[in-house]
Amino acid sequence: MIDHFVVPLLKILVVLNATLVAVTYMVLLERKVIAWAQSRLGPMRVGPYGILQPVADAVKLMIKEDITPVRADKWVFTAAPIISMVPALIVYAVIPFGPEVSIFGRKVTLYITDVNVGLLYLVSVASVGVYGIILAGYASNSKYPLLASLRASAQLISYEAAVTLTLVSVILMSGTLSMVGIVNAQYTKHVWFVFAQPIAFVLVLIGGLAETNRAPFDLPEAEQELTGGFHTEYSGMRFALFFLAEYANMIVVSSVVTTLFLGGWLRPFPNVAALSFLGIVPSWAWFLIKSFVFLYIFIWIRATLPRYRYDQLMRLGWKVLIPLAIANLVVTGIVKVLWLGVGG
Amino acid sequence: MGQAIAFYTLAAFILGFAVLVVSTKDTVHSVLFLVLDFLFVAALYVLLGAPFLAVIQVLVYAGGIVVLYLFVVMLVNLKRPPEAHHDPHRRTTLGFGLAIAVLLELVVIGVYQTVGPVAAAVPGPAMPVTGNTEQVGWLLYTSYLIPFEIASMLLLVAMIGAIVLAKREL
Repeated sequence: MIDHFVVPLLKILVVLNATLVAVTYMVLLERKVIAWAQSRLGPMRVGPYGILQPVADAVKLMIKEDITPVRADKWVFTAAPIISMVPALIVYAVIPFGPEVSIFGRKVTLYITDVNVGLLYLVSVASVGVYGIILAGYASNSKYPLLASLRASAQLISYEAAVTLTLVSVILMSGTLSMVGIVNAQYTKHVWFVFAQPIAFVLVLIGGLAETNRAPFDLPEAEQELTGGFHTEYSGMRFALFFLAEYANMIVVSSVVTTLFLGGWLRPFPNVAALSFLGIVPSWAWFLIKSFVFLYIFIWIRATLPRYRYDQLMRLGWKVLIPLAIANLVVTGIVKVLWLGVGG
Repeated sequence: MGQAIAFYTLAAFILGFAVLVVSTKDTVHSVLFLVLDFLFVAALYVLLGAPFLAVIQVLVYAGGIVVLYLFVVMLVNLKRPPEAHHDPHRRTTLGFGLAIAVLLELVVIGVYQTVGPVAAAVPGPAMPVTGNTEQVGWLLYTSYLIPFEIASMLLLVAMIGAIVLAKREL
């Protein structure tokens, strides 16, 4: 009873709340880091060093007037923010934050579930998240959002193909689709997949940036040419939902890259006994540290790189990333067969 | 019992959304109901213990193909109501006749399955692998290798065809 209902529900509760808090503080972190990159201070007014800024933002967004344009498609307009938020949250079901640990004498796994098709589940849920953006643009019945959403759908479909093809070579390495299985495979094979699959790592990182609409791929919300992008007509809490979904997706991408390529919760060099003093840091902390590094890199990239032009973006996706992904897959397959034999 | 309740609930939703797909006036709404329909079909697969099929259903149909539908519908912008469009070549009676024929066929199959002799359950081939994904892969590359290769061939042909159509001069 406790193992089947109470523990999973508690885990879901903790993960959802932690995610939402993390997301609001990601916004603050992004503003701070970009401010430092540009020799500014960033938010400083609310609380010491602006630490309570997310609370102020949340209150502001909640009490703002919620406007639905007269000519909008009301049902779809209301559904779009929800459609983009829900997939961003339910993917956390398969992300492994750590192995089995014992809390109060009870063995608890630090992931909500470990399904046989974990990685595919992640990809498929992410592919549904696209609807939020497309529908927001369509339902607003306004020029700029429509243009932005057309761009977004083309971009997301293109990069989804590249990322999914790349993930296949990781699956070839691990021999399993389960997220926990992939981490364990990196332990038993004595190598983090970032060293075994460096090309795949870079491809997934680039694809992840594009899938989350982050700079330099943030064309769907390019302020200078599309005013606000697909959420131009949204205000108040509905706008906040899009915003939160974007940051939640960033955290998802960082966690996935950590899990697939950096050994998830494993400490550096998990098989070297001489480094076992690193085990003082709990496994979930390793996971969080690695994910945080990627989140920081995302912000760093945004502060550094200018945006791609639209045709450059499509050319990069179709003419560079997808061929590279296919080549990587073929090479991985050949090496695997030659090295390990067909069954290996 | 619980399974039966879940199945009939899902089936009711699937049929309801399917009716909405064909009866809704707004094309975009129609496409959206189609997505919901596909998602519920995926839930049905989960209920049947086929999680691999379920995620592929979501990935390929709900997340891939229908996004393209939506793309096309938004681009051509079908704002005129369907009544304004009268196709002189529309064969309503023929369509109804075919629909009735298919319905009869389904009824006959259903009746035969419940009334007719019960076929002995054929045991599946022994599989050296466990796990849903592994079993699907194993079956595809052993028992169903030829259908699998033919399907891949068809997709390749379709891909080349699309490139030929899109590129005026090659």
